[in-house]
Amino acid sequence: MEETISFQLNGKQTELKIDPTQTLLWVLRNNLGFTGTKYGCGIGFCGSCIVLIDNEPVRSCSVTVGEVKGKSVVTIEGLSKNGELHPVQKAFVEHDALQCGFCTPGMIMNAAGLLIKNPSITRDEIISGMEDNLCRCGAHVHIIDAVESAAKEMKGGK
Amino acid sequence: MKNNKTKTQVSKKNSGRRGMERRDFFKLVGGGVVIFFLPRCAGDPVPVAEPGKRSLPKDYNAFLKIDEDGTVSCFTGKIEQGQGINMALVQMMAEELNVPMEKIKMVMGDTELCPWDGGTWGSLTVRQFGPNMRRAAAEARGVLLELASNKLKVPASQLVVNDGVISDPNNPGKTFTYGQLAKGKKIDKYLDVKPEPENYTKYTFVGKSFKRPDAGAKVTGKAKFTGDMRLPGMVYARIVRPKSLSGKLTSVDYSEAEKIEGVKVVRDGELVAVLHENLVVAGRALEKIKADYSYDEIGVDNKTIFESMLKADSTANVEESAGDNEAGFKLCDKVIETEIHDPFLAHAFIETHSALASFEGEKLTVWASSQTPYPLQDALASHFSMPLNKVRVIVPFVGGGFGGKSKNQQAMEAARIAKACGKPVMVIWTREEEFMYDNFHTAGVLKIKSGIDKSGLIKAWDYHSYFCGTRGAEIIYDMPNHSITSHGHKEGTPRVHILDTGPWRAPNNNTNTLGRELQIDRLAAAAKMDPVEFRLKNLKDQRVIDTLKAAVELFGYVPAKKYPSGRGIGVAVGTDVGTMVAEIAEIEVDMKTGKVKVIRIACAQDMGLCVNPHGATMQMEGCLTMALGYTFTEEIRFEGGNVIDRNYDTYELPRFSWVPKMETIILDRPDQPPHGGGEPAIIAVGAVICNAIFDATGARLYQMPFTPERVLEAMKKA
Ligand code: FES
Ligand code: FES
Repeated sequence: MEETISFQLNGKQTELKIDPTQTLLWVLRNNLGFTGTKYGCGIGFCGSCIVLIDNEPVRSCSVTVGEVKGKSVVTIEGLSKNGELHPVQKAFVEHDALQCGFCTPGMIMNAAGLLIKNPSITRDEIISGMEDNLCRCGAHVHIIDAVESAAKEMKGGK
Repeated sequence: MKNNKTKTQVSKKNSGRRGMERRDFFKLVGGGVVIFFLPRCAGDPVPVAEPGKRSLPKDYNAFLKIDEDGTVSCFTGKIEQGQGINMALVQMMAEELNVPMEKIKMVMGDTELCPWDGGTWGSLTVRQFGPNMRRAAAEARGVLLELASNKLKVPASQLVVNDGVISDPNNPGKTFTYGQLAKGKKIDKYLDVKPEPENYTKYTFVGKSFKRPDAGAKVTGKAKFTGDMRLPGMVYARIVRPKSLSGKLTSVDYSEAEKIEGVKVVRDGELVAVLHENLVVAGRALEKIKADYSYDEIGVDNKTIFESMLKADSTANVEESAGDNEAGFKLCDKVIETEIHDPFLAHAFIETHSALASFEGEKLTVWASSQTPYPLQDALASHFSMPLNKVRVIVPFVGGGFGGKSKNQQAMEAARIAKACGKPVMVIWTREEEFMYDNFHTAGVLKIKSGIDKSGLIKAWDYHSYFCGTRGAEIIYDMPNHSITSHGHKEGTPRVHILDTGPWRAPNNNTNTLGRELQIDRLAAAAKMDPVEFRLKNLKDQRVIDTLKAAVELFGYVPAKKYPSGRGIGVAVGTDVGTMVAEIAEIEVDMKTGKVKVIRIACAQDMGLCVNPHGATMQMEGCLTMALGYTFTEEIRFEGGNVIDRNYDTYELPRFSWVPKMETIILDRPDQPPHGGGEPAIIAVGAVICNAIFDATGARLYQMPFTPERVLEAMKKA
């Protein structure tokens, strides 16, 4: 049964008529055209679909669009502000923290979420916070380096 | 460059042989200076053109073009799947043409714009492609100098090039840019090259590190992978599948599914697909389909397959042999026999197979996550009986390939469904489909018997590989008596591999490197020698010796007083596509649980000339990290045609906390031709960890992967 659902998407109020039991991942990709959020497994095990919901990193394959009613959703497309890359995005470029780049949006969104929660995060905490994001190309070390340097930059900027 | 012969091709006869009239070609690509070339190694077969069939020359599979605006483009059917080849190629071109790197554009993987290419695999791109692309660039430069010389009325030899600008030092006021020279020109040259080693010493871009050019698009979500494409009127297809690989469709009832609004079901023979403009709805409708299948009885599973390989009636090819093993064994003081089992592995790239197919009038366009756009174009044209120039394949960004995106089933499915329903169709395999219909790393068995004499020299080496080939099994040690036999499928017998198999990053080299290096290690222990010293004593390939020494130094390896030493340090060497690797690793074994943690790993690599050290180092680290999966957890379990591991919940990939401290070194070999770098470091990790586990516990493991249970079991036996 369709319903009108509204939520903030990348800072903009968004409203759509949709079956609320549809998976957020596919609503973002299909209905709203935000294809930066990737499908990797559909069961919450790879992390490539992570978005921020009210600043929390959440696997969008495992929530329905109904569940984000009235909430704020940020996807990889909405992370940069006024054309400025987010420090985590910048650090990913700087540290070459990607190869094929398919896991990258999920990695960045998860890291951005970790840094909101814990601005003085340690390297070990980054490793355990990123543990459930999978990368097949093996960019792991560069990803950790990137998140660590973004954390430093964000703290320094405060 | 003096050995390069070129000829200008304008005659009708010749351009016809290449499949297209010259003026048609320029219509397609615009004006400018174009150099065709053939990236290949000495001895590789030359692809032969099929007259009139190809829209671009088939016997030259790349070309380089200087545009009227000074842009230098290289058109190639190779694709970029994360391995960073585009950067290395850009560097090489910038070098040879003396233009800023921003002026260079790689156009890859579009069958309409790029010439034919067999596919991207085997770390071949830089190795084969690089040198001839460089020659083509040199040729282009020659043409431009010639043009400038005519305009300036001075001999070409007197001119200099700087950042894409040609000038005469005696008359510095008058200069010509490449763009100015190419303007209004339609010059095409065909480079006939005898591949030969290059002198790489004087280059400035090459050998320096550059970061990947596509990172900006990839960190913002702007990079478009196949599944991100959209076309007006496009529908998503979900495909009706049997529960097991042997299933044959006997009946299907889709009346319930079609009751869902907007759902359509189409059938093309065995292929039945549920269509909807919304993928989720298509998926829900799929669940409503009642399909019956007949299944063949397949009595093999992931445990019994190894036995069935050894029992199978197979062919035996002796691939390499010397001396006389029988006589050699008589000289041996100690003889060791080893049998190794290596399971099926999934490619498990995070981007599942995807394709979008669209028929427009007479023309079919397919976007696909593929490593082989041209073979796909061929397959589509032949399936639909269409001329090749009416079939266009485009490969957008690819989310990892590792050899697994070469068969293109998903693209054929998308095209067949698009034909059946008359709309553009997107197929995105689910992870569960991926784990069943992808092709897998080839499971295999090795049996090795070898021996040493009293002084610790290897006197006999009898090596047998069953159903997994011998890549990486080459003789690099001094083995006066040896034979390497490959046992494979015999025509007319049933297939032993239940699952579809295909290349998986350095296909089965990890199997063979494990085999050889585990056996060598057992010989070292039998000789009561330190495993590094034993190797140095027996190795004969100088490049491997140098690479091992580099790894020893990098790791700070100190010889053990006895072996096993209890320190948990292992060593292994290997060779792949001309590249040599040596790895030394330190591990810790939890004696209670059998869990192994890798503390650090040092990897030395001799890859000849290294074009982009930064990119090569990333590839090495990527290989070492990816390899932790096949070493510790990855194994496809199956019963008959039914794959048990269907997602990442039970098929576990390496995670952040597993990654050890990695130290890498690339031997400086500027005078050598470049060899592959995308795969070699992956081959020795299983072996180095196997040997380190032995050093830590005295236990030997003979079956991949080294799960805690297997480690505990081996420790009990030790
Ligand atoms: S697609 Fe959501 S976690 Fe894998
Ligand atoms: S960069 Fe390819 S999966 Fe992470």
